[in-house]
Amino acid sequence: MQDNLNKFVSEYSLRIGDTSLILGQRLGEWCGHGPILEEDIAITNISLDLIGQARSFLTYAGGLLENNKSEDDLAFFRDTREYRNTLLAEQPNGDFAHTMLRQLFISAFQYCFFEKLKSSKDETISALAEKSLKEVTYHLRHSGEWIKRLGDGTGESKSKVTEALEELWKYTGDLFSMDEVDEALIKKGIAVNLDDVKKNWQMKIKEIFAEATLEYPSDTFMITGGILGNHTEYLGHLLAEMQILPRSFPGAEW
Amino acid sequence: MKLTSGKIYKLISSIPDPEIPVITIEELGILRSVDMEGTNIIVTITPTYSGCPAMKMIEDEIREVLKKEGIESPTIKTVFSPVWTTDWMTEEAKSKLVKYGISPPGKLNKLNAISGDREIKCPRCGSTEVKLVSLFGSTACKAIYKCTVCLEPFDQFKCH
Repeated sequence: MQDNLNKFVSEYSLRIGDTSLILGQRLGEWCGHGPILEEDIAITNISLDLIGQARSFLTYAGGLLENNKSEDDLAFFRDTREYRNTLLAEQPNGDFAHTMLRQLFISAFQYCFFEKLKSSKDETISALAEKSLKEVTYHLRHSGEWIKRLGDGTGESKSKVTEALEELWKYTGDLFSMDEVDEALIKKGIAVNLDDVKKNWQMKIKEIFAEATLEYPSDTFMITGGILGNHTEYLGHLLAEMQILPRSFPGAEW
Repeated sequence: MKLTSGKIYKLISSIPDPEIPVITIEELGILRSVDMEGTNIIVTITPTYSGCPAMKMIEDEIREVLKKEGIESPTIKTVFSPVWTTDWMTEEAKSKLVKYGISPPGKLNKLNAISGDREIKCPRCGSTEVKLVSLFGSTACKAIYKCTVCLEPFDQFKCH
């Protein structure tokens, strides 16, 4: 029973860490390419926060496994099917509006999620959630302010953010996917019910969209599969870049 | 000399923060405690931000200081709870920040991070007529502001 519980908590922690890791890696691609210096710094700061969170959640996940894996084992030596991040995190950066909208969707999710997860009965998860919540609060404020300005800005900024919305909306449903791992851990008071998180998330997005003069999309088909390891084609390319060095030179230090 | 945990704490507490060297890791609240279990020395630290790149350097510096005292392999433990907050910073540390040109964090309230810090003063001229330039600055713990009176840009230690 305890073994099973450890396996579930490890899987749960892995999912949280993977979303932070993959989004952090994506944002890192902006380094040196930001539209202005301040944004370059902001995006890479957010990336750093996310990779920091990923390190803690992956370390915890790896330590609970029978064969005890390190954060680096998990980050660098798993393939796409073993990654558990939400599909939205791996979507390409596109233009700035694209990146900011993806960020808003995930930051709002993380904000609503960690706010509940900090009451988790698992001490480590609760502590990491409380820490992460402080950081994603800034990320949410940052991307929210940008979406309001892009949506309610010029004709061009509005059309760019509208295009991004058409492209990204279909992945937002995956943020709230649950399976038997969630179910078992919700019963133990360790995990959070994502149906509740979804309600708060929708409220936050609607609020920001209203100010941004963007239309909140109606219900539509959602592409899901992140927690099962069914990813879009983009993840493989991202992993190739992220993993090439430790895979080509195992144990390399720099 | 027989080393007690109190003496070791004192030695380590004067290590400056690698990114803001005018304040120490104790004043910043990173150093949590020093304990002794038999001959083993356990130093407990907590990160300011999850991804703070200075943590590794702080660990190395703690090892360096202890090595000089003949302690070869201390245990350095990183904890996440209680969660780090700028409320742990002493008034003295805050005034050191101002002298260094960084506007110190105000008292934490739940609204700060979402709606913005209030009562931010320009560390140079003391004016409260300031404008946010970017929520993210040269380190994870700082934002960039500009004073609209003396026109100087400055770092602000985020209330966290």
